Amino acid sequence: MLGALIIVFREVIEAGLVVGIVLAATRGIVGRGWWVSLGITAGVLGASIVAAFAGAISNAFAGSGQELLNATVLIVAVISLTWHNVWMAEHGREIVAELRQVGDDVSAGRRPLTALAVVVFVAVMREGSEIVLFLYGIVVTGTSMGSLLLGGVLGLLGGAAMTALSYFGLIALPTRYIFSVTSILLALLAAGMAAQAIHFLQAAGVVTALQTRLWDSSWLLPDSSIVGRMLHVLVGYTDKPTGLQLLTYLTTLATIAALMWWVRSPRQAKPAH
Amino acid sequence: MRLLLALSLPAVVGLASPVRADDFSLTIKDHRFEPSELQVPAGKDLTLKVTNSDPTAEEFESNDFDAEKVIPGGQTAVIKIAPLDPGRYEFFGEYHEDSAKGALVAK
Repeated sequence: MLGALIIVFREVIEAGLVVGIVLAATRGIVGRGWWVSLGITAGVLGASIVAAFAGAISNAFAGSGQELLNATVLIVAVISLTWHNVWMAEHGREIVAELRQVGDDVSAGRRPLTALAVVVFVAVMREGSEIVLFLYGIVVTGTSMGSLLLGGVLGLLGGAAMTALSYFGLIALPTRYIFSVTSILLALLAAGMAAQAIHFLQAAGVVTALQTRLWDSSWLLPDSSIVGRMLHVLVGYTDKPTGLQLLTYLTTLATIAALMWWVRSPRQAKPAH
Repeated sequence: MRLLLALSLPAVVGLASPVRADDFSLTIKDHRFEPSELQVPAGKDLTLKVTNSDPTAEEFESNDFDAEKVIPGGQTAVIKIAPLDPGRYEFFGEYHEDSAKGALVAK
Protein backbone atom coordinates (compact mmCIF):
# COMPACT_ATOMS: atom_id res chain seq x y z
CA MET A 1 0.00 0.00 0.00
CA LEU A 2 2.82 2.37 0.89
CA GLY A 3 4.38 1.95 -2.53
CA ALA A 4 1.14 2.89 -4.29
CA LEU A 5 0.64 5.81 -1.95
CA ILE A 6 4.12 7.18 -2.64
CA ILE A 7 3.93 6.82 -6.42
CA VAL A 8 0.48 8.36 -6.73
CA PHE A 9 1.36 11.13 -4.30
CA ARG A 10 4.56 11.96 -6.18
CA GLU A 11 2.73 12.32 -9.47
CA VAL A 12 -0.28 14.13 -8.05
CA ILE A 13 1.88 16.70 -6.23
CA GLU A 14 3.14 18.02 -9.54
CA ALA A 15 -0.28 18.46 -11.13
CA GLY A 16 -1.65 19.63 -7.78
CA LEU A 17 0.81 22.50 -7.51
CA VAL A 18 -0.02 23.67 -11.01
CA VAL A 19 -3.75 23.61 -10.27
CA GLY A 20 -3.19 25.52 -7.02
CA ILE A 21 -1.23 28.28 -8.73
CA VAL A 22 -3.74 28.54 -11.57
CA LEU A 23 -6.60 28.84 -9.07
CA ALA A 24 -4.78 31.58 -7.20
CA ALA A 25 -3.89 33.37 -10.43
CA THR A 26 -7.51 33.45 -11.52
CA ARG A 27 -9.00 34.41 -8.22
CA GLY A 28 -11.92 36.72 -8.71
CA ILE A 29 -12.44 35.87 -12.36
CA VAL A 30 -15.94 34.63 -13.02
CA GLY A 31 -16.20 31.08 -14.32
CA ARG A 32 -12.73 29.96 -13.35
CA GLY A 33 -14.04 26.97 -11.38
CA TRP A 34 -15.71 25.68 -14.49
CA TRP A 35 -12.61 26.12 -16.66
CA VAL A 36 -10.27 24.56 -14.13
CA SER A 37 -12.64 21.60 -13.68
CA LEU A 38 -12.83 21.27 -17.43
CA GLY A 39 -9.01 21.19 -17.56
CA ILE A 40 -8.84 18.51 -14.86
CA THR A 41 -11.58 16.38 -16.43
CA ALA A 42 -10.03 16.61 -19.88
CA GLY A 43 -6.66 15.84 -18.28
CA VAL A 44 -7.96 12.66 -16.64
CA LEU A 45 -9.57 11.57 -19.91
CA GLY A 46 -6.39 12.42 -21.80
CA ALA A 47 -4.34 10.48 -19.26
CA SER A 48 -6.51 7.40 -19.74
CA ILE A 49 -6.23 7.69 -23.51
CA VAL A 50 -2.45 8.11 -23.34
CA ALA A 51 -2.24 5.09 -21.00
CA ALA A 52 -4.48 3.00 -23.26
CA PHE A 53 -2.36 3.78 -26.28
CA ALA A 54 0.96 3.73 -24.42
CA GLY A 55 2.27 0.97 -26.63
CA ALA A 56 1.43 2.68 -29.90
CA ILE A 57 2.76 5.99 -28.60
CA SER A 58 6.12 4.61 -27.51
CA ASN A 59 6.61 2.82 -30.81
CA ALA A 60 5.85 5.89 -32.86
CA PHE A 61 8.67 7.95 -34.37
CA ALA A 62 11.34 5.24 -34.13
CA GLY A 63 10.67 4.72 -30.42
CA SER A 64 10.68 8.39 -29.51
CA GLY A 65 6.90 8.86 -29.46
CA GLN A 66 6.63 9.35 -25.70
CA GLU A 67 9.34 11.98 -25.62
CA LEU A 68 7.91 13.84 -28.60
CA LEU A 69 4.39 13.75 -27.15
CA ASN A 70 5.69 15.09 -23.84
CA ALA A 71 7.71 17.80 -25.55
CA THR A 72 4.72 18.83 -27.67
CA VAL A 73 2.23 19.14 -24.84
CA LEU A 74 4.80 20.99 -22.75
CA ILE A 75 5.40 23.48 -25.55
CA VAL A 76 1.64 24.00 -25.87
CA ALA A 77 1.52 24.70 -22.12
CA VAL A 78 4.43 27.14 -22.37
CA ILE A 79 2.68 29.06 -25.14
CA SER A 80 -0.57 29.13 -23.14
CA LEU A 81 1.21 30.38 -20.04
CA THR A 82 3.07 33.06 -21.97
CA TRP A 83 -0.10 34.20 -23.63
CA HIS A 84 -1.98 34.26 -20.34
CA ASN A 85 0.68 36.33 -18.61
CA VAL A 86 0.96 38.81 -21.45
CA TRP A 87 -2.80 39.10 -21.77
CA MET A 88 -3.17 39.64 -18.04
CA ALA A 89 -0.40 42.23 -18.05
CA GLU A 90 -2.35 44.14 -20.65
CA HIS A 91 -5.85 43.68 -19.28
CA GLY A 92 -5.40 42.75 -15.62
CA ARG A 93 -6.18 46.19 -14.40
CA GLU A 94 -9.27 46.52 -16.56
CA ILE A 95 -10.54 43.16 -15.38
CA VAL A 96 -10.14 44.06 -11.74
CA ALA A 97 -11.89 47.35 -12.41
CA GLU A 98 -14.67 45.68 -14.36
CA LEU A 99 -15.24 43.01 -11.78
CA ARG A 100 -15.99 45.66 -9.24
CA GLN A 101 -18.92 46.74 -11.34
CA VAL A 102 -21.62 44.23 -10.70
CA GLY A 103 -22.69 42.10 -13.63
CA ASP A 104 -20.07 43.45 -15.94
CA ASP A 105 -18.67 41.69 -18.96
CA VAL A 106 -17.86 38.21 -17.82
CA SER A 107 -16.11 37.44 -21.08
CA ALA A 108 -13.33 39.82 -20.09
CA GLY A 109 -11.78 37.10 -17.98
CA ARG A 110 -12.66 34.21 -20.19
CA ARG A 111 -9.80 34.40 -22.66
CA PRO A 112 -6.96 33.82 -20.21
CA LEU A 113 -9.06 31.10 -18.59
CA THR A 114 -9.00 28.96 -21.73
CA ALA A 115 -5.20 29.23 -21.78
CA LEU A 116 -4.94 28.17 -18.15
CA ALA A 117 -7.43 25.34 -18.66
CA VAL A 118 -5.00 24.05 -21.29
CA VAL A 119 -2.15 24.25 -18.78
CA VAL A 120 -4.16 22.32 -16.19
CA PHE A 121 -5.09 19.76 -18.85
CA VAL A 122 -1.44 19.23 -19.79
CA ALA A 123 -0.28 18.91 -16.17
CA VAL A 124 -3.01 16.43 -15.25
CA MET A 125 -2.61 14.42 -18.44
CA ARG A 126 1.15 14.02 -18.11
CA GLU A 127 1.19 12.98 -14.48
CA GLY A 128 -2.10 11.14 -14.72
CA SER A 129 -1.11 8.73 -17.46
CA GLU A 130 1.65 7.32 -15.26
CA ILE A 131 -0.78 6.81 -12.42
CA VAL A 132 -3.28 5.11 -14.70
CA LEU A 133 -0.63 2.70 -16.02
CA PHE A 134 0.62 1.95 -12.54
CA LEU A 135 -2.83 1.33 -11.07
CA TYR A 136 -3.82 -0.68 -14.12
CA GLY A 137 -0.82 -2.90 -13.50
CA ILE A 138 -2.02 -3.46 -9.97
CA VAL A 139 -5.51 -4.31 -11.13
CA VAL A 140 -4.20 -6.78 -13.71
CA THR A 141 -1.92 -8.66 -11.34
CA GLY A 142 -4.60 -8.47 -8.68
CA THR A 143 -2.19 -8.76 -5.77
CA SER A 144 -3.79 -7.43 -2.58
CA MET A 145 -5.65 -4.98 -4.74
CA GLY A 146 -7.70 -3.47 -1.95
CA SER A 147 -4.83 -2.13 0.08
CA LEU A 148 -2.97 -0.95 -3.01
CA LEU A 149 -5.99 0.96 -4.24
CA LEU A 150 -6.39 2.42 -0.79
CA GLY A 151 -2.80 3.62 -1.08
CA GLY A 152 -3.69 5.16 -4.43
CA VAL A 153 -6.67 7.00 -3.00
CA LEU A 154 -4.63 8.28 -0.04
CA GLY A 155 -1.92 9.45 -2.44
CA LEU A 156 -4.56 11.28 -4.45
CA LEU A 157 -5.87 12.99 -1.32
CA GLY A 158 -2.33 13.96 -0.36
CA GLY A 159 -1.84 15.55 -3.76
CA ALA A 160 -5.17 17.37 -3.47
CA ALA A 161 -3.96 18.70 -0.13
CA MET A 162 -0.94 20.15 -1.97
CA THR A 163 -3.33 22.01 -4.26
CA ALA A 164 -5.17 23.43 -1.29
CA LEU A 165 -1.92 24.34 0.45
CA SER A 166 -0.45 26.21 -2.51
CA TYR A 167 -3.77 27.90 -3.24
CA PHE A 168 -4.46 29.11 0.28
CA GLY A 169 -0.81 30.01 0.75
CA LEU A 170 -0.98 32.27 -2.27
CA ILE A 171 -4.32 33.90 -1.59
CA ALA A 172 -3.19 34.67 1.94
CA LEU A 173 -0.90 37.26 0.37
CA PRO A 174 -2.11 40.85 0.40
CA THR A 175 -4.41 41.31 -2.59
CA ARG A 176 -2.21 43.86 -4.32
CA TYR A 177 0.67 41.37 -4.51
CA ILE A 178 -1.29 38.34 -5.69
CA PHE A 179 -1.29 39.37 -9.32
CA SER A 180 2.47 40.04 -9.40
CA VAL A 181 3.35 36.92 -7.44
CA THR A 182 1.18 34.60 -9.53
CA SER A 183 2.50 36.18 -12.73
CA ILE A 184 6.05 35.45 -11.61
CA LEU A 185 5.10 31.91 -10.58
CA LEU A 186 3.41 31.24 -13.93
CA ALA A 187 6.42 32.64 -15.79
CA LEU A 188 8.78 30.37 -13.81
CA LEU A 189 6.42 27.46 -14.45
CA ALA A 190 6.57 28.21 -18.17
CA ALA A 191 10.37 28.47 -18.17
CA GLY A 192 10.66 25.17 -16.30
CA MET A 193 8.29 23.47 -18.73
CA ALA A 194 10.23 24.84 -21.71
CA ALA A 195 13.47 23.45 -20.26
CA GLN A 196 11.76 20.12 -19.69
CA ALA A 197 10.50 20.07 -23.27
CA ILE A 198 14.13 20.48 -24.33
CA HIS A 199 15.06 17.59 -22.06
CA PHE A 200 12.55 15.38 -23.89
CA LEU A 201 13.73 16.57 -27.30
CA GLN A 202 17.30 15.79 -26.28
CA ALA A 203 16.22 12.40 -24.95
CA ALA A 204 14.54 11.72 -28.29
CA GLY A 205 17.77 12.64 -30.04
CA VAL A 206 15.99 15.32 -32.06
CA VAL A 207 18.02 18.12 -30.54
CA THR A 208 21.68 17.49 -29.89
CA ALA A 209 23.05 21.01 -29.44
CA LEU A 210 24.56 21.97 -26.10
CA GLN A 211 23.78 18.70 -24.40
CA THR A 212 26.72 18.74 -22.05
CA ARG A 213 25.65 19.00 -18.44
CA LEU A 214 26.52 22.24 -16.78
CA TRP A 215 26.61 21.00 -13.21
CA ASP A 216 25.47 18.20 -10.95
CA SER A 217 23.79 19.28 -7.74
CA SER A 218 22.18 15.91 -7.05
CA TRP A 219 24.36 15.52 -3.94
CA LEU A 220 22.73 18.63 -2.53
CA LEU A 221 19.16 18.43 -3.79
CA PRO A 222 18.31 15.43 -5.97
CA ASP A 223 15.44 15.66 -8.47
CA SER A 224 14.04 12.50 -6.93
CA SER A 225 13.48 14.04 -3.49
CA ILE A 226 10.10 15.55 -2.67
CA VAL A 227 11.57 19.04 -2.31
CA GLY A 228 13.48 18.57 -5.57
CA ARG A 229 10.29 17.53 -7.33
CA MET A 230 8.34 20.48 -6.00
CA LEU A 231 11.05 22.92 -7.03
CA HIS A 232 11.17 21.16 -10.38
CA VAL A 233 7.52 22.01 -10.94
CA LEU A 234 7.63 25.46 -9.40
CA VAL A 235 10.83 26.94 -10.78
CA GLY A 236 12.05 24.25 -13.16
CA TYR A 237 14.85 23.02 -10.89
CA THR A 238 16.81 20.11 -12.26
CA ASP A 239 19.96 18.71 -10.70
CA LYS A 240 21.82 18.09 -13.97
CA PRO A 241 20.77 20.67 -16.54
CA THR A 242 22.21 20.72 -20.03
CA GLY A 243 23.43 23.93 -21.60
CA LEU A 244 20.45 24.11 -23.91
CA GLN A 245 18.03 23.58 -21.03
CA LEU A 246 19.46 26.52 -19.13
CA LEU A 247 19.53 28.67 -22.24
CA THR A 248 15.90 27.80 -23.02
CA TYR A 249 14.91 28.49 -19.45
CA LEU A 250 16.46 31.94 -19.44
CA THR A 251 15.20 32.78 -22.93
CA THR A 252 11.63 31.85 -21.98
CA LEU A 253 11.75 33.97 -18.83
CA ALA A 254 13.25 36.91 -20.70
CA THR A 255 10.71 36.63 -23.52
CA ILE A 256 7.75 36.60 -21.15
CA ALA A 257 9.15 39.50 -19.13
CA ALA A 258 9.85 41.52 -22.28
CA LEU A 259 6.38 40.89 -23.72
CA MET A 260 4.71 41.80 -20.44
CA TRP A 261 6.76 44.95 -20.20
CA TRP A 262 6.02 45.82 -23.81
CA VAL A 263 2.22 45.53 -23.58
CA ARG A 264 2.20 47.48 -20.35
CA SER A 265 4.37 50.35 -21.44
CA PRO A 266 2.38 53.35 -22.64
CA ARG A 267 2.22 53.52 -26.39
CA GLN A 268 0.76 56.11 -28.61
CA ALA A 269 -1.88 55.06 -31.10
CA LYS A 270 -2.51 51.85 -29.23
CA PRO A 271 -4.47 49.53 -31.50
CA ALA A 272 -8.06 48.98 -30.51
CA HIS A 273 -9.06 45.59 -29.12
CA MET B 1 26.70 -14.33 -24.87
CA ARG B 2 23.42 -12.63 -24.20
CA LEU B 3 25.34 -10.19 -22.08
CA LEU B 4 26.07 -7.25 -24.25
CA LEU B 5 24.38 -7.44 -27.56
CA ALA B 6 26.55 -4.62 -28.72
CA LEU B 7 25.07 -4.60 -32.16
CA SER B 8 26.84 -2.21 -34.38
CA LEU B 9 23.61 -1.29 -36.14
CA PRO B 10 24.19 2.36 -36.82
CA ALA B 11 21.36 3.33 -34.55
CA VAL B 12 18.23 2.45 -36.48
CA VAL B 13 17.47 6.06 -35.97
CA GLY B 14 18.68 8.46 -38.58
CA LEU B 15 17.80 11.20 -36.14
CA ALA B 16 20.43 13.86 -35.65
CA SER B 17 23.36 12.27 -33.83
CA PRO B 18 26.41 12.34 -36.06
CA VAL B 19 28.27 9.93 -33.78
CA ARG B 20 27.36 6.29 -34.10
CA ALA B 21 25.47 5.16 -31.04
CA ASP B 22 26.30 1.87 -29.38
CA ASP B 23 23.35 -0.42 -28.78
CA PHE B 24 22.73 -2.34 -25.58
CA SER B 25 19.80 -4.47 -24.50
CA LEU B 26 18.08 -5.19 -21.22
CA THR B 27 15.06 -7.28 -20.35
CA ILE B 28 12.58 -6.81 -17.55
CA LYS B 29 11.18 -10.05 -16.21
CA ASP B 30 9.24 -10.54 -12.98
CA HIS B 31 9.98 -6.90 -12.22
CA ARG B 32 13.74 -7.43 -12.36
CA PHE B 33 16.34 -6.32 -14.86
CA GLU B 34 18.27 -8.96 -16.75
CA PRO B 35 21.18 -8.37 -16.72
CA SER B 36 21.12 -6.05 -13.75
CA GLU B 37 24.49 -4.61 -14.61
CA LEU B 38 25.74 -3.55 -18.02
CA GLN B 39 29.25 -2.53 -19.00
CA VAL B 40 29.14 0.35 -21.45
CA PRO B 41 31.82 2.49 -23.06
CA ALA B 42 32.32 5.94 -21.56
CA GLY B 43 32.19 9.03 -23.73
CA LYS B 44 29.93 7.59 -26.42
CA ASP B 45 26.33 8.03 -27.44
CA LEU B 46 24.47 4.98 -26.18
CA THR B 47 21.20 3.39 -27.14
CA LEU B 48 19.58 1.16 -24.57
CA LYS B 49 16.82 -1.17 -25.68
CA VAL B 50 14.70 -2.24 -22.76
CA THR B 51 12.26 -5.07 -23.35
CA ASN B 52 9.51 -5.43 -20.81
CA SER B 53 8.50 -9.09 -20.88
CA ASP B 54 6.12 -8.67 -17.95
CA PRO B 55 2.43 -8.25 -18.75
CA THR B 56 2.22 -4.94 -16.89
CA ALA B 57 3.80 -1.58 -17.58
CA GLU B 58 7.03 -0.44 -16.00
CA GLU B 59 8.57 2.99 -15.86
CA PHE B 60 12.27 2.87 -16.59
CA GLU B 61 13.91 5.65 -14.68
CA SER B 62 17.34 6.89 -13.79
CA ASN B 63 18.31 9.94 -11.84
CA ASP B 64 21.96 9.31 -12.61
CA PHE B 65 21.64 9.55 -16.38
CA ASP B 66 18.28 11.26 -16.52
CA ALA B 67 15.96 8.79 -18.13
CA GLU B 68 12.25 8.43 -17.63
CA LYS B 69 10.23 6.25 -19.90
CA VAL B 70 7.10 4.19 -19.55
CA ILE B 71 7.37 0.74 -21.11
CA PRO B 72 4.02 -1.01 -21.58
CA GLY B 73 3.83 -4.75 -20.93
CA GLY B 74 5.39 -6.83 -23.70
CA GLN B 75 6.98 -3.83 -25.40
CA THR B 76 10.48 -2.66 -26.10
CA ALA B 77 11.55 0.91 -25.49
CA VAL B 78 14.54 2.68 -26.94
CA ILE B 79 16.37 4.97 -24.56
CA LYS B 80 19.05 7.30 -25.81
CA ILE B 81 21.80 8.23 -23.42
CA ALA B 82 24.21 11.09 -23.93
CA PRO B 83 27.92 10.28 -23.46
CA LEU B 84 28.74 9.29 -19.88
CA ASP B 85 31.85 9.90 -17.84
CA PRO B 86 33.40 6.73 -16.39
CA GLY B 87 31.43 5.62 -13.36
CA ARG B 88 28.43 3.73 -12.12
CA TYR B 89 24.96 4.92 -13.09
CA GLU B 90 21.97 3.38 -11.37
CA PHE B 91 18.54 2.92 -12.86
CA PHE B 92 15.32 1.41 -11.57
CA GLY B 93 11.74 0.57 -12.42
CA GLU B 94 9.60 3.14 -10.71
CA TYR B 95 6.59 0.89 -10.43
CA HIS B 96 8.54 -1.85 -8.66
CA GLU B 97 11.37 -0.02 -7.05
CA ASP B 98 12.15 -2.68 -4.47
CA SER B 99 13.03 -5.36 -7.04
CA ALA B 100 13.67 -3.58 -10.34
CA LYS B 101 17.16 -2.16 -9.87
CA GLY B 102 20.21 -2.07 -12.07
CA ALA B 103 23.19 -0.05 -13.17
CA LEU B 104 25.28 0.93 -16.15
CA VAL B 105 29.00 0.83 -15.57
CA ALA B 106 30.75 3.19 -17.96
CA LYS B 107 34.45 2.52 -18.63
